Amino acid sequence: MAAKAALMDYESALAKFEPVLGFEVHVELNTKTKMFCGCANEFGQGANTNTCPTCLGLPGGLPQVNGKAIESSIRLGLALGCEIAESSRFARKNYFYPDTAKDFQTSQYDEPIAFEGSLTIELSSGRQVTIPIERAHMEEDAGKLTHVGGATGRIQGAEHSLVDYNRGGVPLVEIVTKMIEGGEADAPEIGRAYVAAVREIVKALGVSNARMEEGNVRCDANVSLRPRGSNVLGTRTETKNVNSLRSVERAVRYEIQRQAAILDAGGTIVQETRHWHEDTGTTSAGRPKSDADDYRYFPEPDLVPVAPSREWVEELRATLPEPPAQRRARLREAWGFTALEMQDVENSDLLDAVEATVAQGASAASARKWWTGEIARLANAQGVAAEALVAPKHVAELVALVDAGTLTDRLARQVLEGVIAGEGSPEQVVATRGLAVVSDDGPLIAAIDDALAAQPDVLAKIQDGKVQAAGAIIGAVMKAMRGQADAARVRELVLERAGQQ
Amino acid sequence: MTDLTSLSAADLAALLTSREVSSVEATRAHLDRIDAVDPDIHAFLHVAAEGALASASRVDERRAAGESLGELAGVPIAIKDVLTTNDMPSTAGSRILEGWVPPYDATVVRRLREADLIPLGKTNMDEFAMGSSTEHSAYGPTHNPWDLDRIPGGSGGGSAAAVAAFEAPLALGSDTGGSIRQPAAVTGSVGVKPTYGAVSRYGAIALASSLDQVGPVSRTVLDAALLHDVIAGHDPLDSTSLDETWPSMAQAARAGRTGDALKGVRVGIVRQLAGEGFQAGVKQRFDEAVALLTAAGAEVIEVSAPSFEYAVAAYYLILPAEASSNLARFDSVRFGMRVMPADGPVTSERVMSATRDAGFGPEVKRRIILGTYALSAGYYDAYYGSAQKVRTLIQRDFNDAFGKVDVLISPSAPTTAFRLGEKLNDPMAMYLNDITTIPANLAGIPGMGLPIGLAPEDGLPVGMQIMAPARSDARLYTIGAALERLLEETWGHTLISRAPDLTATEMFASEEGAI
Repeated sequence: MAAKAALMDYESALAKFEPVLGFEVHVELNTKTKMFCGCANEFGQGANTNTCPTCLGLPGGLPQVNGKAIESSIRLGLALGCEIAESSRFARKNYFYPDTAKDFQTSQYDEPIAFEGSLTIELSSGRQVTIPIERAHMEEDAGKLTHVGGATGRIQGAEHSLVDYNRGGVPLVEIVTKMIEGGEADAPEIGRAYVAAVREIVKALGVSNARMEEGNVRCDANVSLRPRGSNVLGTRTETKNVNSLRSVERAVRYEIQRQAAILDAGGTIVQETRHWHEDTGTTSAGRPKSDADDYRYFPEPDLVPVAPSREWVEELRATLPEPPAQRRARLREAWGFTALEMQDVENSDLLDAVEATVAQGASAASARKWWTGEIARLANAQGVAAEALVAPKHVAELVALVDAGTLTDRLARQVLEGVIAGEGSPEQVVATRGLAVVSDDGPLIAAIDDALAAQPDVLAKIQDGKVQAAGAIIGAVMKAMRGQADAARVRELVLERAGQQ
Repeated sequence: MTDLTSLSAADLAALLTSREVSSVEATRAHLDRIDAVDPDIHAFLHVAAEGALASASRVDERRAAGESLGELAGVPIAIKDVLTTNDMPSTAGSRILEGWVPPYDATVVRRLREADLIPLGKTNMDEFAMGSSTEHSAYGPTHNPWDLDRIPGGSGGGSAAAVAAFEAPLALGSDTGGSIRQPAAVTGSVGVKPTYGAVSRYGAIALASSLDQVGPVSRTVLDAALLHDVIAGHDPLDSTSLDETWPSMAQAARAGRTGDALKGVRVGIVRQLAGEGFQAGVKQRFDEAVALLTAAGAEVIEVSAPSFEYAVAAYYLILPAEASSNLARFDSVRFGMRVMPADGPVTSERVMSATRDAGFGPEVKRRIILGTYALSAGYYDAYYGSAQKVRTLIQRDFNDAFGKVDVLISPSAPTTAFRLGEKLNDPMAMYLNDITTIPANLAGIPGMGLPIGLAPEDGLPVGMQIMAPARSDARLYTIGAALERLLEETWGHTLISRAPDLTATEMFASEEGAI
């Protein structure tokens, strides 16, 4: 482990230096098959099972372009406000490494599919920042290396390494920003908000599973510092594979503080990649990286140029969903949520679920209450996504049953459990479990009279005007009714019966 | 009975179809011939005797059962070792792939099997198809059946020699800068480099992706056409494969044999491929063939292709550049040879380095270094970039020429077969040997090499190259077959029938023994 780096406190760092940022976000597409062969784009069936001569780089293997991946890349490019190239080409990036089966990565170099876009993000302060996007290009993922025998799972000290090529050849889109200046103290939050916005877009497009924890979206963060008053850019570092939104923010902040301390002490920044350590919240030196890294790029001769027709591009443009930020603003307005309520829904990834439930007739408030409350709790307990647990249609039905007085909240929770257990729709569960509220006053009155007769002292208190004593009777009645009664109605009736006796 | 190995594929196929001969008999005859002559020729790196006989037997059974089979069903064939075969080692002539049996068949091999041809084995070649003599094979050179001290051409010297030595009636080759046509020229056989994209490259171990093309090798134009029809056609596994409906090449060849095919055909002689540096006997036979064409009604004119002057230079930048990248995968991680470093730490980088050092021969290393250099930052534009511009100019020259003529012709190679070892230490001389064939690869157009006689000074075969516009492969077969017929009528025999009897020394020995 490297010695702990000296850090300058954040405010001082900002006072002396201006942070300049740049991000490379890799988005793993969720196509059925890989970028250049027919192998399944999925994991979990054992190492090296989804492989073929092409993605194993066997002699004689040749690539074939996945049309769906092209489509996804174009849609993503359009959603990022990019131009779509009339003709774009793949290129070979040559370097020897065991996770790259052909010892070159098929990528794009000087002719990316999408270029010159921008994305406007909103910070928590309400400040809007427009991130300039240089390009979005297509490439293939590398295989997965597992280093065995080392202390940390890193290659240093490992006895041997295992390679799993299931991930090799999986389609990626790499989105590269231009230099982001003027972020100032917001720089770390800009990083977080930008990656969040990209993630939101790919999710809305449906082109990626967009789970950062599974590496579907990966961020490399470039940070450099420019001394105040200077117009010369500082040397940058590239912190690789920062894989959560919170980490992007922390990593940018850490690099600002670390670089500021070095520069302030008269040192120089080494142009290098850095590893992010989630546990300690620090970065450590990776390999030196210079602009002279020579990958001997040249156009991939095994593939013909990709030349999407303008008609197709326009067709794809027409399929773009509403931009997530715009949609969020529209829904919040329509639903009348507070900022906090909206955030609650978004943070739990329940925007779609609530929207679908509202579309099925539920009130926005009820939909939010159920999804972020009971359903989220059950989903958490089971370790699954809330949306996987129950359909919006059934939540809407449940809400309707409560609104109609057929169910109390307590009964509704039992019905929900039944629905989740696969017993059918809420109405079916109500019927089969016999869970509906007893709305016929007859049985209620009989139960109330019994309870009053059993507790004459409580009856006396009620008659004496101590209305809160009624709680004991209500409790007894609800118990007798096995919960299938509307507590408010029971209370009314208790007071009425007590008054008559 | 006629010696089955002396028959053309078409004639053998006819006997198979009429069931006068079984595929097992035909296959056995060729295997016997291989046993007899290949110790001297060394055309084969691997002979699959058992597999071939088993395949032949299955074809015979199906034919006996009345099944209707393809025209070449039951005909034996040799396969260049650059093509992957799931039942035979595929080494591309390199030590680094020694013993490697691929888990899959190349598309062309799959098509051969589907057409019920009988793979006899894998043929020798310059390592990774880098060379013009097979002397760069890691497994030793192939010898020219016309003179065992001479080269059989390259890189596909094994396939050409196998056909010329009657070890197989047909073979598959691959042509990146002449590796089918030049061996055909020096062995008196026929070879065709189809239009780039006409034949799938899937499973062809890549040398230079933008230049490589698989094609047929045979002793007659019709045989090449029959094989062409089997292997060509769109393959979704090769993105550069043309999605095209092709006419029958066999029909085109038959039309050439029978009709008045040469009348009015406009033939261009490329000035830049006919001048200095061509052996006198090559020039003489070429001029005689031109006279035959003219006499048959062809209109022969000279055309100029000024950019051809730069073709070899451009080729030796583009090819090494692509090859340096294509050959990167030979890193010991997933397949092939693995060599541990002699000393020092064992890291993947050092194992890769030790393996590539031990596994690649000198010509392969030379080209990898050339290509790596040509693609390096700062040199890319000057080398790879300029070479691509030359390529465009050469394509333009061809376009201009094909605006005036139907086909272009040249000698297939500047000389007849040179002696083994003669040019091995002079890479430039070796490279210049491909001056006639390289332009077609740079332009992606089809080219055929066919025998037009023996050079008077050395008695060795001379070949003519015919080139046609892209996608006009059929034109080559018609004109090639017509010329072949004219020549045979003039000589009164086929050229290949004059090839030395390779078993003669044995026969003399036994005759002597009998005395």
